[in-house]
Amino acid sequence: MIGRILLALAGLVLLAFLIAPAPFAPLFQPFTRNGAPAIYAQTSLLSLTLSHLAIVAAAVAASTVIGLTLAILVTRRAGREFLPLARTVTAVGQTFPPVAVLALAVPVLGFGTGPTLVALFLYGLLPVFENALAGLTGQPPAVTEAARGMGLTPRQRLWQIDLPLALPLLLAGMRLTAVISLGTATIGSTIAARTLGEVIIAGLLSSNTAFVLQGGLVVGILAVLIHHGFQALESRARRRMGLE
Amino acid sequence: MIEIRNLSRLYGGLAVVDDVSLTVDKGQLLVLVGTSGSGKTTLLRMINRLVEPSAGRVLIEGVDTATLPPHLLRRRIGYAIQGHGLFPHRTVAQNIATVPRLLGWPRAQVAARVDELLDLFQLDPAAFRDRMPHQLSGGQAQRVGVARALAAKPDLLLMDEPFGALDPLIRAKAQADLKEIQRRLGTTLILVTHDMAEAVALGDRIAVMDRGRLLQDDTPARILTDPATPFVRDLIGTADRALRLLSLIPVAAIAVPGKAQGAPIAPDASLRDALAECLWSGREALPVEGGGIVTLDALRAQASQR
Repeated sequence: MIGRILLALAGLVLLAFLIAPAPFAPLFQPFTRNGAPAIYAQTSLLSLTLSHLAIVAAAVAASTVIGLTLAILVTRRAGREFLPLARTVTAVGQTFPPVAVLALAVPVLGFGTGPTLVALFLYGLLPVFENALAGLTGQPPAVTEAARGMGLTPRQRLWQIDLPLALPLLLAGMRLTAVISLGTATIGSTIAARTLGEVIIAGLLSSNTAFVLQGGLVVGILAVLIHHGFQALESRARRRMGLE
Repeated sequence: MIEIRNLSRLYGGLAVVDDVSLTVDKGQLLVLVGTSGSGKTTLLRMINRLVEPSAGRVLIEGVDTATLPPHLLRRRIGYAIQGHGLFPHRTVAQNIATVPRLLGWPRAQVAARVDELLDLFQLDPAAFRDRMPHQLSGGQAQRVGVARALAAKPDLLLMDEPFGALDPLIRAKAQADLKEIQRRLGTTLILVTHDMAEAVALGDRIAVMDRGRLLQDDTPARILTDPATPFVRDLIGTADRALRLLSLIPVAAIAVPGKAQGAPIAPDASLRDALAECLWSGREALPVEGGGIVTLDALRAQASQR
């Protein structure tokens, strides 16, 4: 309960700060030197945050669609032999550092949002895929047996039984992907994607700790809120099935 | 009528079910008994084609099941398994409605059928309709599992160790209820168990399997008194077969005119109950409700090897 109140409070403070950052200036003033501005004002913090969230949402959506589709395909009878291949592909996506992906993608896709999306998408594929896989394969044998015995077709089993039962684990995978992407998206600003990384990088370049703190805190609080949002969805889905 | 003709299933050249032929008449309750690995479950699962036979045929009302699409065949055959296999994300009502909905029944008819079945299984529809499976006790979940299997009024019901997960007290009640419901609905029922006592208690006929082969297919009384092979005799267990035999016969069958002291016994009670009552109360004969008596001598005669 206390946790919820704290979360709501953090959310409200964040919202207030993004809409009207000026009143918060005294808080950040001690971290500036030589009369540098305490609040980043090159671009509106709100629009940077919205753009940051939009990039993360697009990347998570793409990771989820592709990761889940892959997991469904390799758990069907016809696709079973592609399981090792899919595992390798998604694992490579996770192994490859996003910075390296950014560097490699720029010559092809140019500067801006494109390469960032690609890097986040690849980085986020593994958690979604592995969790969806676990959700689709880890069902009680009696349930699968009953579904077949009742006369559900393979497609009906997928939509009516397998996917709903895999939902809590799928949501957990999306939560991991979202939180990882939220942090990783900041480095997108090194190649001119409009994210909160811009604030942090500006602070680092001008030795203005206040900017670094602002960028970091906004990303941090967003990550905590998103983490808990997904967790609430997960536990609702799990409670419905009596898993909690 | 179910005809199983020379049915076999091979796994890697090894016969798990080996040339089994059986016929089950309409409305009959056949129990398949065997130890684990005897092939009884595989035989059952070949009837609704969860396992495809390697050889042989299954005919339901003269129709070869191999000619029907498997999912359509299964919607016509009730199927209940150990551990009930209820869908954990669906309510009791949605679980029971599974097959009727697959068959496209109108919504109102499905709802009426769900309530009818909950009533039949002594679960108050208002209280249980919207519960989730995890909110049910083991016995309730098992009943919902059987209700789901019966939902689309199948002529044939297959059950694989349906009472395996229940504790003994609930199990006896569930068995009695099942038999009663099966009688009332006239459903043909094939039930798999490893428990000979359950087989004797439920079956109109018992088919004993071992290592994929059908050893004996007979009435419970014949299985008890005339086991076809040493394996069947071992499975019955020689220690209490006399008592099991007595449990098959109602008191009314051996009642004779006469008078006896003490509390009377119901005419549909088993001879086993009558014997227990004689021994417990130290009487030589018991009066039967509605007239007549049953004597200890008559009980002894029924129990001894003829």
